[in-house]
Amino acid sequence: MAEITYREALKRALREEMQRDPTVVIWGEDVVAYAGGGAYGVTSGLAKEFPGRVRDTPIAEEAIIGVGIGAAMGGMRPVCEIMTVNFTLVAWDQIVNHAAKQSHMFNGQIKVPMVIRTPNGHGRTAATHSQNFDAWFAHVPGLKVVAPSTPYDAKGLLKTSIRDDDPVVFLEHLQLYGTRGEVPDEEYLIPIGVSDYKRRGKDVTLVTWGRMTMESLKAARILAEEGIDVEIVDLRTLRPLDLSLALESVHKTNRVIVVEEGWRTAGLGAEIAASLQEMAFNDLDAPIARVAGLEVPMPYARNLERATLPFAEDVIAAVHAMMQKQY
Amino acid sequence: MPQMGFDMTEGTIAAWLKKEGDPVAKGEPIAEIETDKTTIQIESFSSGVLRKILAQAGQKVPVGQVIGIIAAPDEPIAGAPPSASPQSASQPAPEASKSNAAPQTEPRTQPAGAAPQIVHQGRIIATPVARRLAEERGIDLRYVKGTGPDGRITKADVEAFVPSSPAPVSKPTVSPVVKAPEPVPPPAPVAQAAAPAAPSVMQPLTRMRQTIAARMVASKQQVPHFYITVAVEMDAALALRAQINESLKPEGVKVSVNDMVIRAVALALRRFPNMNAAFTAEGIQRRDYVHVANAVTVEGGLVTVTVRDADKKTLKQISQEMAALAERARSNKMQPGDTGGQTFTISNLGMYNVENFIAIVNQPDAGILAVATATPTPVVRDGEIVIRTMMNMTLSGDHRLTDGAEGAQFINEIKRLLENPWSLVL
Repeated sequence: MAEITYREALKRALREEMQRDPTVVIWGEDVVAYAGGGAYGVTSGLAKEFPGRVRDTPIAEEAIIGVGIGAAMGGMRPVCEIMTVNFTLVAWDQIVNHAAKQSHMFNGQIKVPMVIRTPNGHGRTAATHSQNFDAWFAHVPGLKVVAPSTPYDAKGLLKTSIRDDDPVVFLEHLQLYGTRGEVPDEEYLIPIGVSDYKRRGKDVTLVTWGRMTMESLKAARILAEEGIDVEIVDLRTLRPLDLSLALESVHKTNRVIVVEEGWRTAGLGAEIAASLQEMAFNDLDAPIARVAGLEVPMPYARNLERATLPFAEDVIAAVHAMMQKQY
Repeated sequence: MPQMGFDMTEGTIAAWLKKEGDPVAKGEPIAEIETDKTTIQIESFSSGVLRKILAQAGQKVPVGQVIGIIAAPDEPIAGAPPSASPQSASQPAPEASKSNAAPQTEPRTQPAGAAPQIVHQGRIIATPVARRLAEERGIDLRYVKGTGPDGRITKADVEAFVPSSPAPVSKPTVSPVVKAPEPVPPPAPVAQAAAPAAPSVMQPLTRMRQTIAARMVASKQQVPHFYITVAVEMDAALALRAQINESLKPEGVKVSVNDMVIRAVALALRRFPNMNAAFTAEGIQRRDYVHVANAVTVEGGLVTVTVRDADKKTLKQISQEMAALAERARSNKMQPGDTGGQTFTISNLGMYNVENFIAIVNQPDAGILAVATATPTPVVRDGEIVIRTMMNMTLSGDHRLTDGAEGAQFINEIKRLLENPWSLVL
């Protein structure tokens, strides 16, 4: 099995689905022109391979999503790239009030099979360009929200998202594009709404997704040397939320920490913690803890950006606090 | 029988202050209890009428056993637990061996022969899984000590729960499987019927002597002791003490050498967390607080009194607290909390003109410091023989959790602090 980057895995998913289904098209800002394809290079080369099916758009996110919704309702399967998640704010009305609701308001007679691909997170780009909107999208009925952490998951989930008949917000993470992982050459699909164990352990459960899965894995390696055996559940999909593995895990470990990159208040971690205590109250041996980003607009200075975001050391500190020296 | 002090396992009803039928208010003293160490009034946990007295004055009762029933005047109390078994009734000490056989009329989880200790009187803080597990195993959480934040009972506490340990000396050999606790050898009441008609006089063992005997035997049997002695030059400390006491004269506070030792030990413990730890079956339990116990001589034996958070207190505070604690100990008026809960212990025989001595570890501490008398001694300084006030200290360490090298560094840190006494003040 070849090791490829997250970026390359996404491109392969797009290529395979475009080869398989002629209604799959890609629209977005600079998906053709910039540096050979997309601000982060995901679509590079695809315009040449699929003439006319990959198009640059004006800098108008509302139009990109609006056209995508119309095309999807009309039978196409558009993949709309929004250059960063921050620019989806401009198209929020299209996403929430149109894409998410058409099928429901017309008794399922209309489907909106589109994918909105967009990088979430941070990358030395300051307050207006360094945000996590996972919780925002996950809040909206009618949307599906996917946030893969590995190249393998990214490829399998993007292919499924393109084939799904509902609008899917596909959150890639800026810091993950260059990460590598094994991806099989043969075709595979990963269903939406199915979480995954990224590490098995017995002492404490970390429920996480996206970049924080990687930070949690780093933390787990260090904690293992101290004798703390961490189990990691990667949600992979944020709506619908699959907590079955998290529940199974908490039943075993009795301790759970939700690890997210975004702001804590009203974040997805709060939802997960609330749901878990509703369903697994009698399994808990400690209050459910949360690791999250600090609640400030992202500073530009490198040191302050780092201080704002959660990393492996924050996960380790939370695990130490929770274990109460019982290891 | 409430537990007053962590190592109390039983108490004797010295006197009832109410009689059956008397109304009692919550918080009102209802009886006097005599423990190993002191006599304490117990206050009613609730209001009502003292309907029934189950343990009579003079009767010895294990902690946790019902001694009386307070209820509403017309509340049926027929289902109340039967009274303490007659065997445990007021037996004078020489016949104490009999009372050990007293069967318990105790909750479902308590194996016969074990004296249960109620840890929680009010609301029990336990995690959900701990509650579930306790219910599955039929364990009464009131008897389980919590090690989580604020004493919260966790799953591990329930799993480790051994229904009773008659010797509260250390965390017993905890294993997930409930096994019968090893009976503490009844502190040999050597007295018996076959006592020879000899000129010697048989002195019955007091309760305090029984406790001391049990605890010291347990420590010497279980703890592999090692010993390190250092000599501390006390001239600077004594000079500083004189200055401090001069300035505190108007307040009537007099800092003792031992107060300085307490402070030095507390500061050193902060730097040596392993010396501030307890040896348990699960591992070395490091405590994030520093409570320093001090042996205090009282009539018929000794007790320890604990200066809590000694690392956070000034010399003056330590001095005032020690004076109050020692006074209460000597006048037999100790309060719950005055004793036990320590993370380290000091035994100071300075006033008895001793050159050196070694102490027995007060379980579950990592060590105990024996402090001898400060005395003018010829020592060599810069190649010359000079007179300095030297004080020997000997650390006894529990080799299961610490080693000689650490012990040496630790006791030298105490020495350094005492020889640079301003560090005790700043």
